[in-house]
Amino acid sequence: MSEITGMPVDRVDARLKVTGAATYSAEYYPKNLTYGVLVTSTIPKGRIKNINSSQAERLKGVVGIMTYKNSPTLHFPQSSDPGGGKFGEKDLLPLQNDRIFYDGQIVAVVMADTFEVAEHAASLVKMEYEVDQPVFDLEKNISQSYKPASSLGGGAAQESRGDADANFQNAAAKLNETYTTPVYHHNAMEPHATVAEWTGDKLMVYDATQSVAGSKNLLSSMLGVPAEKVKLISLYIGGGFGSKGFSWPNTVLAAMAAKVVNRPVKLVLRRQQMFTTAGRRSQTIQKISLGADNTGKLNAIKHDTTSESSFVDEFVETAGVATSMLYSSPNVEVSHSLVRLNKGTPCPMRAPGEAPGTYALEVAMDELAIQLKMDPIQLRLVNYADMEEQKKKQFSSKNLKECYQRGADAIGWSERKAEPGTNRDGNYMVGYGMATATYPANRSASSAKATIYADGNAEILCATQDIGTGTYTIMTQAAADAFGLPIEKVTVKLGDSDYPKGANSGGSQVTASVGPAIRAAALGAVNKLTKMAIADVNSPLHGRKEEEIMAGNGRIYLKDNPDKGEDYIRLLSRNNMQKVEALAKTNVSTRQQQESNPAAAGSADAKAEEESKTNAAVQEDEKTDRKPYAFHSFGAQFVKVLVDPQLGTVKVDRAVAVMDIGKVMNLKTAKNQIMGGMVFGIGMALMEETAYDPNNGRVVTRDLAQYLVPVNADIPKFEVQFIDKPDTIISPIGARGIGEIGITGITAAINNAIYNATGKRVRDLPVTPDKLI
Amino acid sequence: MEPFKFTRANDQHSAISSMGGNGVKVIAGGTNLIDLMKLDIEKPSQLVDINNLKLQTIETLPNGGMRIGALVKNSDLAYHPDVITKYLVLSEALLSGASPQLRNMATVGGNLLQRTRCPYFYNEGFPCNKKNPGSGCSAIDGYNRNNAILGTSAQCIATHPSDMCVAMAALGAVIHVQGIKGTRAIPFNEFHLLPGNTPHRENTLRQDELIIAVELPPISYAGRSHYLKVRDRSSYEFALASAAVALNFDNGRIKEARVAFGGIGTKPWRAILAEKVLTGAIASEQTYRTAAEAALSEAKSYKHNAFKIELAKRTLVRALTTVGGMS
Repeated sequence: MSEITGMPVDRVDARLKVTGAATYSAEYYPKNLTYGVLVTSTIPKGRIKNINSSQAERLKGVVGIMTYKNSPTLHFPQSSDPGGGKFGEKDLLPLQNDRIFYDGQIVAVVMADTFEVAEHAASLVKMEYEVDQPVFDLEKNISQSYKPASSLGGGAAQESRGDADANFQNAAAKLNETYTTPVYHHNAMEPHATVAEWTGDKLMVYDATQSVAGSKNLLSSMLGVPAEKVKLISLYIGGGFGSKGFSWPNTVLAAMAAKVVNRPVKLVLRRQQMFTTAGRRSQTIQKISLGADNTGKLNAIKHDTTSESSFVDEFVETAGVATSMLYSSPNVEVSHSLVRLNKGTPCPMRAPGEAPGTYALEVAMDELAIQLKMDPIQLRLVNYADMEEQKKKQFSSKNLKECYQRGADAIGWSERKAEPGTNRDGNYMVGYGMATATYPANRSASSAKATIYADGNAEILCATQDIGTGTYTIMTQAAADAFGLPIEKVTVKLGDSDYPKGANSGGSQVTASVGPAIRAAALGAVNKLTKMAIADVNSPLHGRKEEEIMAGNGRIYLKDNPDKGEDYIRLLSRNNMQKVEALAKTNVSTRQQQESNPAAAGSADAKAEEESKTNAAVQEDEKTDRKPYAFHSFGAQFVKVLVDPQLGTVKVDRAVAVMDIGKVMNLKTAKNQIMGGMVFGIGMALMEETAYDPNNGRVVTRDLAQYLVPVNADIPKFEVQFIDKPDTIISPIGARGIGEIGITGITAAINNAIYNATGKRVRDLPVTPDKLI
Repeated sequence: MEPFKFTRANDQHSAISSMGGNGVKVIAGGTNLIDLMKLDIEKPSQLVDINNLKLQTIETLPNGGMRIGALVKNSDLAYHPDVITKYLVLSEALLSGASPQLRNMATVGGNLLQRTRCPYFYNEGFPCNKKNPGSGCSAIDGYNRNNAILGTSAQCIATHPSDMCVAMAALGAVIHVQGIKGTRAIPFNEFHLLPGNTPHRENTLRQDELIIAVELPPISYAGRSHYLKVRDRSSYEFALASAAVALNFDNGRIKEARVAFGGIGTKPWRAILAEKVLTGAIASEQTYRTAAEAALSEAKSYKHNAFKIELAKRTLVRALTTVGGMS
């Protein structure tokens, strides 16, 4: 039987989604449901002086109004890692006091019998504020910046080797520029949504989250309820892009509100609220210095980033994180600074760090190539990093040169004119640009449960989640191969906190983390069948050795003589077994630090750990020595643009991505993922930007009419290719995650193509018509 | 959203007789009104649904003009064969606006009454003279990249967002309305109001008046016309600058010209000054540029929208060049 993994299988949940049968978090209607609507601050800093809710209270149908004056007391969150649960504003537990730290901060929740009454009542809650002078402008307050000790998950915020300063001064060719990116918002189609219901001291929550285990764990620790009393369901998520990776106040507020009114509460953020209280990508100011000799060899690389954080938590946009490893150079200095502002806390957004960072670095590389009169690809080849020079490790697998070559061939790089502004086509100037894409290959501990039933079907349970990426589909493929079953016999169930804990959807890690655990669990279940057959005097495999036997097409059989064997159904029914089950947990982690709260995993996880001691697949996986290796994915992005220099409009005419992401689990969903990232990159390059009022720092653009994301008419024909060489070091399945790499490099490639077309270099994103005319 | 009463009118008379009261609003496509109600910007006490009224016809008139019922959907008008042949600029303007789904709902009458997209108008807690008269304008010293450069006042710099209206302004359409006291025919240029000291008053329609139809005058050369819209993304976005243009050529000379701008004015902006330059001049890029300079001579920009002056000029030059090149 040929492998199902890798095939362009249609999404297993496609029919459910297109028919509306997939249930998203806001679509649960427990009996006696009430609707919660938020009241948010209209000042960026100050105190609540007075709350007048009498008019709202009098409305028929209003069942409760929760403010800091009557809300249940919360406890400090006992975790700071998205896997175990990361609350987005740890120093501002919601509705605990009268202080306001940012525009749009939640100041009340109104609960009513209907959504309409709740909405109306919320508009009648009158807040009086004592207004303080806010700090909101990153550039104007840059003198207040400080250097954070570390970034999310304990990553390095400052890195260096050699002496970048001195070598930059002495370099033959120097490039020293500042690149800026504005604030971006994730704008997932599905808003943050929670339905919470208490039954006695037990809490049931439906929540749109990228971390089923983490969100549950935070509810437990913040509400002071034992973990085993909290159950969280998140079966389908309409996109997250990082905005649902942290937990924001809305989730815990739904549970608090349900407690206050003693009825289930549904709380869904309005689009406008998603712009203030559910994270964003920080604005960045990035200074890059590149020093090279006449052959282009980089003697010095400096990348200094200033980004913003809030007064209620700390988040670093690690734009320089890829700079220390992307190119070979003995002298590198990467630094990050933060300025605290009266805004909500920023958070990861698709390729946090790498997306703005590769924009700046890869535009700088283009500028240096032009200065040196070199082909931009050649400059990258001259500085090709054969090893991870900052950590002094080998790459587990790297085929970037092939990406450059195939990308150049596909776009027709030879058509590019080196002299900018010389390729005209009617009203348009034609330009070509390229850039390197990169993202770390993360893997963390995950567990799963596998069951083979006597009717020949099999099932996987894992408390990870599919945020729209195709996780259900690729895990069904991986499980089917391990079970030795056709794909239609396998059901993968995710998004339930009672299942064994899987990875959170962040850092492109689910595929590489959960895949091996699911595989090991399924192989463990098959192994139990094998042992059963060997012990069964009525089995044709009786008395055989395990290593003589293999599985496929719903049978176990002799490798040497496939006719000799039997199917799972016959074996299980003859042994009067309804099913066999196996738990597996793989502890492999490529991350620098372990999770801050592994206890979030729960009891199923402990059993999985115990059972894995005798699981051959887990043992084999964990035996691999990964210490000498660095794990990264790479790729090359190429674009052709048409610029109307008179009107300043840019049309991305073609875009090619060649990605080296290990084994491709499903060609169709993999292409989807990369294309999605490229669409994000087009938005970032050409139109996306959240505007703030220059006088008080409040958000001005708060909906999808004001915050522009690309529409179909902005999207060219994409061509996505994969190297598809399995990374045998990272895991037995050989795949690295691909949720984020698609957005890296593309923004720079577009920017570089615009320069090639027009001779104009725009260093402040987005490149809108006003900057090109 | 505040609670409101909902009634349905089955004929013009019952619609008009129910419209007189304070807080009564008419709903047709609802593509703008419902959004504004959800945001508590519009708070009607009663909505009168007029979709059953017989105002859905597009007629070609004996004089060669056209009469368009107020309830004609934007998409039906855009794809009407006579509109494409005789008033191409109007078809192009309609199709450059919104999205197919919205155009299938939005009506001609509603489009005339479309309200601004100034972000401060939409944002609670910000002063806005359109929303709360006398509260002040947050855009003048605020984030004003998309705001107007023509027709502004010290009280308001909000842009009129419609594309359809720009083409209709250029064509000199006439708006037919009916009220309790009878009917009126309002020339297009007299329908929308400049903000002045009363930016909350956006048009000359009276509380009891219903838009019945829009009449397009016969313009022999309006088939040779064009609508060009420049924006931050390729579709589903309002104009940074747009131009509606129709030219009547006679042996290389421009005999007559119609020019209007969108995206830069506080109302759909008929550019009479540009038309004067063009009329009688030889068709050339120089002429077009001179016309553009004249059209923008009174423009006043703000901190973030100075680029619109040059962009509008270039947009007009390109539109004129395109029409000049049409056979």
